[in-house]
Amino acid sequence: MSKIIEGLYYAESHEYVRVEGEYGYVGITDYAQHELGNVVYVDMPDVDDDVTAGEDFGAVESVKAASDLISPVSGTVVEVNEALNDNPELVNSDPYENWIIKVQLSDAAEVENLMDADAYKAMINE
Amino acid sequence: MENKRTCLYDKHVALGALISPFGGFDMPIQYTNIVDEHNAVRQACGVFDVSHMGEVLVTGAESEKFVNYIFTNDIAGAPDGKIFYGMMCHPTGGVVDDLLVYKMAEQRYFLVINASNIDKDVAWIVEQAKNFDVTVENQSEKYGEVAVQGPNTEDIVECVLGIHCNDLAFYTCKEVEIAGETIIISRTGYTGEDGFEIYGSHAFTNEVWDKLLASGEVKPCGLGCRDTLRFEVGLPLYGDELADDITPLEAGLGMFVKFEKDFIGKEALLNQKAEGLKRKIVGIELKDKAIPRHGYEVEADGNVIGVVTTGYNSISTGKSVCMAMLDIDYTKMDTEVAVRIRKKVFPGNVTKKRFYDKNYKK
Repeated sequence: MSKIIEGLYYAESHEYVRVEGEYGYVGITDYAQHELGNVVYVDMPDVDDDVTAGEDFGAVESVKAASDLISPVSGTVVEVNEALNDNPELVNSDPYENWIIKVQLSDAAEVENLMDADAYKAMINE
Repeated sequence: MENKRTCLYDKHVALGALISPFGGFDMPIQYTNIVDEHNAVRQACGVFDVSHMGEVLVTGAESEKFVNYIFTNDIAGAPDGKIFYGMMCHPTGGVVDDLLVYKMAEQRYFLVINASNIDKDVAWIVEQAKNFDVTVENQSEKYGEVAVQGPNTEDIVECVLGIHCNDLAFYTCKEVEIAGETIIISRTGYTGEDGFEIYGSHAFTNEVWDKLLASGEVKPCGLGCRDTLRFEVGLPLYGDELADDITPLEAGLGMFVKFEKDFIGKEALLNQKAEGLKRKIVGIELKDKAIPRHGYEVEADGNVIGVVTTGYNSISTGKSVCMAMLDIDYTKMDTEVAVRIRKKVFPGNVTKKRFYDKNYKK
């Protein structure tokens, strides 16, 4: 059973964003990490790069395949999770604790286009 | 077209395997995860369902002459039980398939071919056989096959399966009578580890599978780690490193091509050798952990100079490495090249295409 956390916003492409004030922490869901299998590399953008909702900003690579990361929100990358450079498997062990990028949101209302926990749960159980 | 299923398909489903199409079959890619399965084979013992592989029996008065004519390696005068790796080539030198030839006995040769090429190979072999006194029989449906691989395999095959195997040298085989049928066991594999491949009826294959898993000493392993294992030790996969338009010389498999005998494609390969190769498969090690994958472009001096054939973050070494077909000017060891991965270009160096040492028992 995949873990889904209340209060986060979820995208159809299995990224989540956790909003704290003007910032959003973006990562992949537990369902996504499970589907991918062992994560061996996370391709992250640079700090100060702009990201746009619906566009890719990097990739998560399992042994077998690369999977694009689609940003659920727009804004500027203010921090990337450096720990993932040396320990990409952290995405497997706790994908919600181990967010991938921290974004300064340019449009806080964008999250309204995303799913809440219940809607995401319904989607992955379809 | 519906994919075929091996005789162990129901077992894979019951084990909760991730199933994906490969070579026209629905095959198990992983049961738990690729890393654990890979490590089980490197460190202990794993079993693979490789029943999708094709088997072709060639018999008849001219079988040795015929097999030697369609095969790049030289089987002339081989003792019974000897196994050879090599290629079947088109007249152009391109590879029809790579395969193992088992000399079972005088005038009886057992060819093991890739699942994805069974129809093509059988048609091609039958076509070449027209002018020879041989019988060609596709036995792919008849045989199930498991590959038991890893350093603990010999003891497990002896004790758990009760099949005497420690008399088999590397790349030899024998037939064994068990429960009223003749099975084939060979000291071969596709992982770089010691191990055996066992061919028998579907019922026998199911029994072997069940016994191995019930022992608790053998991990079921999917095609996912079969690929990471063979890749690390530089073994080619047809469709990646070999193809109808890639020659054995370009793939770096010249040691399995014997020019002192006649075979289809010899002239083209001799010409290619005389003129010098224009491209060749080498290894590349990246400085970063980004992963080069099949089809990604390789660049140098601002130009595209080749393409990745297989790449991984090597499970055994942790390095991001790949095999790639490169323009010959860039194939010297340590040449600086780069692989384009999504939007960025990652620098690396040309290396040998063996990233991990084989651990065979010779």
